[in-house]
Amino acid sequence: MKVLRYLIRKLLRLVLLLFTISVLSFTLVSLSPIDPVQAYVGAEMMRIGPEQRQRIAERWGLNDPPVVRYMRWLSSLMRGDLGTSAIYNQPVSQVIRQRFLTSLGLMGTAWVLSGVLGFLLGVLSGARAGSWIDQVIRFYAYLLASTPAFWLALLLLIVFAVFLKWAPVCCATPPGLLPEQVTFAQRLHHLALPALTLSIIGIANITLHTRQKLITILNSDYILFARAQGENLFGLIWHHGLRNIALPAITLQFASISELFGGSVLAEQVFAYPGLGQATVQAGLRGDVPLLLGIVLFSTLFVFTGNTIADILYHLIDPRIRLGVES
Amino acid sequence: MNLEVSRSSTLWCRVGLARQKVFDRRRQTLFLIVFCVLCLGVILAGSAQAAVANQTNLSQRNQAPSWAHPFGTDWLGRDMLLRTWSGLSLSLRVGFLAALFSSLIGLVIGLTAATLGGAVDAFFSWWIDVFLSLPHMVVLILLAFVSGGGLNGVVISVALTHWPSLARVIRAEVYQVRSADYVQLSAKLGRSPSWIARHHILPHLWPQFLVGLILLFPHAILHEAGITFIGIGLSPHQPAIGIILAESMRHLSTGYWWLAVLPGMALLVMVKLFDILGENVRALLDPRTAQE
Repeated sequence: MKVLRYLIRKLLRLVLLLFTISVLSFTLVSLSPIDPVQAYVGAEMMRIGPEQRQRIAERWGLNDPPVVRYMRWLSSLMRGDLGTSAIYNQPVSQVIRQRFLTSLGLMGTAWVLSGVLGFLLGVLSGARAGSWIDQVIRFYAYLLASTPAFWLALLLLIVFAVFLKWAPVCCATPPGLLPEQVTFAQRLHHLALPALTLSIIGIANITLHTRQKLITILNSDYILFARAQGENLFGLIWHHGLRNIALPAITLQFASISELFGGSVLAEQVFAYPGLGQATVQAGLRGDVPLLLGIVLFSTLFVFTGNTIADILYHLIDPRIRLGVES
Repeated sequence: MNLEVSRSSTLWCRVGLARQKVFDRRRQTLFLIVFCVLCLGVILAGSAQAAVANQTNLSQRNQAPSWAHPFGTDWLGRDMLLRTWSGLSLSLRVGFLAALFSSLIGLVIGLTAATLGGAVDAFFSWWIDVFLSLPHMVVLILLAFVSGGGLNGVVISVALTHWPSLARVIRAEVYQVRSADYVQLSAKLGRSPSWIARHHILPHLWPQFLVGLILLFPHAILHEAGITFIGIGLSPHQPAIGIILAESMRHLSTGYWWLAVLPGMALLVMVKLFDILGENVRALLDPRTAQE
């Protein structure tokens, strides 16, 4: 019952959030000085007369006042219709679904890899605080915390694709192949570098947090007591440490989804990986308003889901925390 | 008796050592602050190189790093060191403007929310939540698109996306100071709210604000470089560091690694300088660590 009430409240919050963001982004977009017709037509502007422009504008309903346009957009949004993407010439929902599935493999791999590796490095560095291995890991994490994701992507591209030729230079599949012909191994081969980039970037935060947390716990009284009973370091971490540090690490990893999304925009740009991030860039560059609005709403939903899962996991792992009790 | 003397002398010795260490730590912090400020000043001076940096020299195209051109030259024979230098200074100035506006927004919203409380607080807290639940990069792209790109677009979009975390810190800080005993007492003694704001709350906020501002820089610069890199920010006529890296991407497959590696490394160094500066200023201003 309590869980149900919690979920209903979360759902209401999500609806309100999406509504706020839809109003905000729609207002912003209609204030933009960029003419959508011009952005759509681009370089061929010279070949199009004023009547034709007028007709495109009429067909898109651009001559109506913003409030009318917003209501129209919202009512079709309620029916699940996000409009048509001008640059891909497909329904926005379809573009987002296709692109998201491509990105999901990339983000999922990077998410799991960076979580597991970051956690392990954090435990290692916290358990041996002050040793040379701790120094190395900390230096590495601090350095990565301020490394531009796109530069790291460029570095990996130069080393592994250009010089070593281990990885392909671009795209999600080999060029010239139909989607059915691409094998799983080939997909994996193309996924490796972008996923590696995102993983390396994602490690820094979780490592530093886990390290800090483990040091605090190893200095606590119950650890001293366990140590006095003759438990060795591994046993201490296994029996007492992990449960306590897993919680903040998991929350942090779910909260980092927003950053992961941002990183994938840059990484996909460098590796020409046809995912949602690249679609976002294209929509912004070429003024595809319906697609841009769709992606804004979708990414909000995505990040919100991540945060909510973190909340629920919190509850499952730590019995002291009750759902619905807002801090 | 003899034992007593030796013990007290070791004690003094220890105090002396401790004092020595205090001084060293403080001096080290100050030294790092000065060092970072100097380096950033040197980077800023790169704006004077903009004209020279764009000079093409077609007889010296695509040269690997050497003594004459430490960062090599590009496909038009431009010296990459000069280009990087002027690009960094442009990024620094854009980042400065964006971080300044952003921190001012954060300060005003945090202050307003905490001092007015109630519905106003709930309203601003909701907006902070809204902004924090959107991926930065997507909002940056949306805002840069809406403001029509260019220099203004970059400054506006970075400024409008980085304030929530600082606003949150400021809001929490004001709440904490206001509920402190000495502030309550001061109010009971008949001090006006504005007197309390000036004498009790602002002195507390000022260091927080300064540190928040400095630590906003790395984020602002990285995001500025990011959206410039994907092509939504500055135009190629304003060669910020993001533009330089984006242009170098087209020449990667030819093996001209220095076009991307060295400017990116310079960007990393600049971001790191701000990080170190921020952490050390924080250590110096925070009463808990200032005496360490």
